[in-house]
Amino acid sequence: MISKRMALVGDALSHVALPGLALGLLFGFYPFIGAFAFLAASALVTWRLQKSTELPVDAIVGVIFVLALAVGILITPQVDLLEALFGDVSTVTAVDAAVAVVISVLVVAVLRAIYDKLALAMISRELAVSNRVDVDRINLVYLLLVSVVVALGIKEVGTILVGAVVIVPAAAARNVATSLSRFSLLSGIFGVVSAVVGITIAGAFSLSAEYAGPIVVLTGAVLFALGLALKFSRRDRVTAQ
Amino acid sequence: MHEDSEVLRRPVVLSVSGLGVKVGGKTVLENVSFNLEAKETLAIVGPNGSGKTTLFRALMGLVPHSGRVSWSTESKIGLVPQSLVATDLPITVAEFLSLKCKAGFQESMNSVGLGMEVLRQRLGSLSGGELQRVLIAWAIVDRPRVLLFDEPTSGVDIGAEEPIYQRLESLKEQLGITTLLISHNMHVVMHYSDYVLALNKRPLLFSETKNVSHTKLLEIIYGAQVTPQGTAPQEAERPSS
Repeated sequence: MISKRMALVGDALSHVALPGLALGLLFGFYPFIGAFAFLAASALVTWRLQKSTELPVDAIVGVIFVLALAVGILITPQVDLLEALFGDVSTVTAVDAAVAVVISVLVVAVLRAIYDKLALAMISRELAVSNRVDVDRINLVYLLLVSVVVALGIKEVGTILVGAVVIVPAAAARNVATSLSRFSLLSGIFGVVSAVVGITIAGAFSLSAEYAGPIVVLTGAVLFALGLALKFSRRDRVTAQ
Repeated sequence: MHEDSEVLRRPVVLSVSGLGVKVGGKTVLENVSFNLEAKETLAIVGPNGSGKTTLFRALMGLVPHSGRVSWSTESKIGLVPQSLVATDLPITVAEFLSLKCKAGFQESMNSVGLGMEVLRQRLGSLSGGELQRVLIAWAIVDRPRVLLFDEPTSGVDIGAEEPIYQRLESLKEQLGITTLLISHNMHVVMHYSDYVLALNKRPLLFSETKNVSHTKLLEIIYGAQVTPQGTAPQEAERPSS
């Protein structure tokens, strides 16, 4: 998402899940399904509008995001609103964890399958099309994958912060990666590190469960700052030589 | 094109008939028709805004168009765009080339005069000339039959242009490639193309390059009446011998 300059889009997209979550809570079905349904629908609408109007993605998502947020706040039961917005890691069950692992593996598998085409489309649409890449279809698959990832993280950190949990580790990796493959690997590693360290710190200080999400994001921000410092020190070393 | 019955006709690689493109209701291209045979080089000329890049996009199916564009079935097309969108991605030259072809970079790198040490460098750290040569290496790595060059030496120092075109000429001989070339450079058009297509003339001018005078070519490229130094204006309009 960093490479596609969609960092803010990812953050806004996470809020679109709120009405779907609310429907899951109201009607008693698995909230992930509701969240994913709304995210996938908005991804499809975004993709379609971008193709037919040539409006930038961030403008389209901006409109959809505020609409979804307003509707979500109106229909989410008051007692569940805080948890929907900020998550509660203590409510994650073993089944939730297992589902998350299986879905994550599937997401990684699909991403690996389209990786070359996605990377080429990011570098140059003209090169991608001349290489027979269906750029529009690849972008749609990518948006749907983003929807799945965002929907997976909502229960733990809520709709407000799930975008940051996705974006900040990747931004941190961007500072230190020297190749695309290392960028991908470090993004994953930094994501795991910020989640494990963040939840551990929240537990160590016996903080309320809804604080785990913000601490995960803060941990990611520390990694970002460390990466930035490393980047500047490398640049100073090169200048000195 | 080749009217001499004693010369064996080469296969037609590209056939364009009545091609038209409208952008935002405005006619950018109208009634473009030409055939191009194997191993020929077509230079596409005209001032800015005459539709040169649009023609490339129409030939590749990137924009909607009227009329007919037919490539021969075995035509593998390599595109060298004017520039890349995202050179700030942390992608190395090796990773970029592997997006098209997983192995066998050495030959294409040698063909453009780049050493293998360049493979470890990031695209964004290359000079303008090096990046253009990497783009050419990318275009030829899978041995295409057709190359499309969109101003291949824009952003390249003047002294570095000629070697690039000399390499293109030797590639054409080595690999038997058919080339379409957009250029503002009269020297390049006169010395490296077999045919010239002028998009700003009505009707369109499609002619063997040797039949177009320097003066005529300047008028076509710059869209203005040109008077060669030392001649009266009326002498400039005398047809070339």
